[in-house]
Amino acid sequence: MGIAFPFSAIVGQDEMKLALMIAAVDPKVGGVLAFGDRGAGKSTAVRALAALLPPMSAVVGCPYQCDPADAAAQCAECRTRSKPAGKGKKPAPLKAHQVPVPVIDLPLGATEDRVVGALDLERALAHGEKSFEPGLLARANRGFLYIDEVNLLEDHLVDLLLDVAASGENVVERDGLSIRHPARLVLVGTGNPEEGELRPQLLDRFGLSVEVKTPSDLPTRIEVVKRRDAFETDPAAFVAHWEKDEAKQRKRILAAREHIGSVKVADRELENAARLCMALGTDGLRGELTLMRAARAAAALDGAKAVDDGHLKTVAPMALRHRLRRNPLDDSGSSVRVERALNELFAT
Amino acid sequence: MSEPAAIWGDALIAAALAAIDPAASVLLRAAAGPVREQWLDLLRDLTPPSTAIRKLPPSISEDRLLGGLDLAATLQAGRPVLQRGLLAEADGGVLIAVMAERTAPSTTAHLCAALDTGAISIERDGLSLRAPARFGLIALDEGIGDERVSPALADRLACHLDLSTVARADLGESLFKSSDIAAAHALLPRVRLPDEAIEALTTTSLALGIDSLRAPLLACRIARIATALDGAIDVVEAHIACAARLVLAPRATRLPATEDDAETSEAPEPETDSAENEQDDRSHDGPLEDRVLEAAQAAIPADLLKRLQDERAMRTRASSAGRQGHAQKAPKRGRPIGARRGEWRAGARLNVLETLRTAAPWQPLRRRAQRAGKSGRLIVHKDDIRITRFKQRSGTTTIFVVDASGSSALQRLAEVKGAVELLLAECYIRRDEVALIAFRGKDAELLLPPTRSLTRAKRSLAGLPGGGGTPLSAAIFAATELALAVKAKGQAPTIVLMTDGRANVARDGGGRSEAEAEALVAAKQLALTGIPVVLVDSSPRPQDKAAQLAGAMHARYVALPHADATRLSQAVMAQAGR
Repeated sequence: MGIAFPFSAIVGQDEMKLALMIAAVDPKVGGVLAFGDRGAGKSTAVRALAALLPPMSAVVGCPYQCDPADAAAQCAECRTRSKPAGKGKKPAPLKAHQVPVPVIDLPLGATEDRVVGALDLERALAHGEKSFEPGLLARANRGFLYIDEVNLLEDHLVDLLLDVAASGENVVERDGLSIRHPARLVLVGTGNPEEGELRPQLLDRFGLSVEVKTPSDLPTRIEVVKRRDAFETDPAAFVAHWEKDEAKQRKRILAAREHIGSVKVADRELENAARLCMALGTDGLRGELTLMRAARAAAALDGAKAVDDGHLKTVAPMALRHRLRRNPLDDSGSSVRVERALNELFAT
Repeated sequence: MSEPAAIWGDALIAAALAAIDPAASVLLRAAAGPVREQWLDLLRDLTPPSTAIRKLPPSISEDRLLGGLDLAATLQAGRPVLQRGLLAEADGGVLIAVMAERTAPSTTAHLCAALDTGAISIERDGLSLRAPARFGLIALDEGIGDERVSPALADRLACHLDLSTVARADLGESLFKSSDIAAAHALLPRVRLPDEAIEALTTTSLALGIDSLRAPLLACRIARIATALDGAIDVVEAHIACAARLVLAPRATRLPATEDDAETSEAPEPETDSAENEQDDRSHDGPLEDRVLEAAQAAIPADLLKRLQDERAMRTRASSAGRQGHAQKAPKRGRPIGARRGEWRAGARLNVLETLRTAAPWQPLRRRAQRAGKSGRLIVHKDDIRITRFKQRSGTTTIFVVDASGSSALQRLAEVKGAVELLLAECYIRRDEVALIAFRGKDAELLLPPTRSLTRAKRSLAGLPGGGGTPLSAAIFAATELALAVKAKGQAPTIVLMTDGRANVARDGGGRSEAEAEALVAAKQLALTGIPVVLVDSSPRPQDKAAQLAGAMHARYVALPHADATRLSQAVMAQAGR
């Protein structure tokens, strides 16, 4: 594995890059789904994101990389350890260290026990002890869980993952174990619709959805191949060359994270968002909520103080296109319909 | 366009390239025989003796492919013992995938991931492991007819060779010695690829209608390796041309547009000739792109146009996991439904807790018997092993057989299409698979092999033309065959036949009466298989013929003289008992 292709060096694919950055700024946006052609750079972008993200502070020795500063989101053990040992005593501060933000790959053949965690086989066999061995969800806490070919994953696993991602908590009730631990993670799923689609019930549980297309114009294609070739010939030099841009993007994400709490959403924009969703006939309120969250993150990335129409317009397609009630056979429709609704809304 | 001898020449080069660097993966399409054997022998001779060459059978189990728990060793040691998988073992060597067109989809997915990342990562059986897996992959495609290697895998393989037209007489001696290979291997890191070469290869790939960006990228790598093989460090035109021939030409989805006619992507036969003439006329002084394109064009298989027509059928096998499927007796996936006593067979999932529970009461006795003393080790016997049982809902495949003939009245075809679309949507929500057979003119055609992909379903339905005779018997036979194949895969088929029952074309081209008799025979044969059938009579005024036919095939008969698409779909859903 070694070195990942730099995020900033990815040619085009702006929508996917923006969606991933929004998810990095505000994990609550609820996951990113990228569907599109083979060989368009979906996996590359996700893997690149791992290298881009700034490291985070985590409790030493905690299998869930708990944040020492955020007591509410800690696992049971960290919480006990940070509680005052007795009356009048001050709690011993948790030891923390800097770790990279986890971007965990969910391999296609993964079994449920590895995903949610299971009985620790070694200790069960060797000592006859019942103890919990955390799974992938634990390792992805506070980070990203990347599922390539999400459309080929077993349905029950996808259900489980979406459920955990939505609740931010993994509840394990199996092998005689009863455990819950924090699992705040951003799901990133990619896939190729030619090989099978995702159930519609699952579609709208992803926050953002982007369509990825292979660039069809020659100069872009040449640029892609050139950069990729340069990277493969000498990864270290290529990464060094792009380090400046990477640092810039990293700074942008960090600034946006700090800034997002103060980004204002005027009533007018809320109304616009609601109107848009009504015009499109999206089910439930998840559409509006995601749209607002994504717009706020987009504004924060821009360094803006408040969400404006532009932000709404930028994020509306990715936040809404998979929520339209549609004839599932009408594949051309959704993006176009969002565009049309946007134009109608902002024309008046 | 290319002669067998020329193909063999390129094959020789590909073998040498594959021996130099794992990046030069090969997709070899050829029947098992002396030609293929000679090519493989050659590859073996050229690869350095230190390089491991492993074979990958199509039916490899996942734990052998990726590695997993070595159960016997685990129990003996009292701690998990890992077994390395084939992909990890092949690291640094060459992996030969035999009968690659029949490789299971999950195996293909793992192969693709390993090719992408150069490593494998597994998360199963309570183990998590990452291991390097950088290997050269030689996929042997013995596909007869339209069986092909999965498109996802083919996209990642650099050189595509088709030796099916090469005869033994065409074979020549190898041009390279193993010393060349070693020299090239050492030279490879120093090879320089100029920007013009990248531009030329990308332009060419676009001109040939290759969508994936992996193709030009792989071509760049091949150009590099070819240069090293040549003993040079600067990539020149000959090397680029070689890469274009090996990588780009076989992937072409259209012939490049000629100057006088820009929109020729779907032009029929004559295009081949004009392109050929063009190529002869042109002198070698155009820009690099043009010359590379020419080189690629020369290597485009002569049957490109025919192959493109077969494109749809070509995807068939790739996505349906081989036709040899067998009913899943002990599925390894799905919802766990308890445990049972079982063997340590590969693939079975050990239920640790149940195993330990079974073993626990016996511990004092067994310790005494074995005089194991006070060692805390658990003694587990073979009888204690408990295997998790899984239940998997067997999927349903609905096969739509649509009458697109003239008699079925063109005005109703749209209605039928609408109904099929609605049914497709239903199936989609249920995660059922759908297949589509259309019949008109002289024959029935499998437009859509069983799939869950709506994108494809929609595309094939939209492209369904109407008019012509009614070859009903051919359609029933085709549907029966497909349904049996689906059944053999462990799925439950349902046939929905939409017709007016007025057969007028027999399979041997006979007239109305023969056709009707033959259709009845076909219907009776279908009845014998016991596959549920719904016959939707789509004629404006329902007649006996369709009802008779329905009787012969023990089908439920639904007459829908004035139905709109919605009602039609409702009726079929109700009749199919779902």
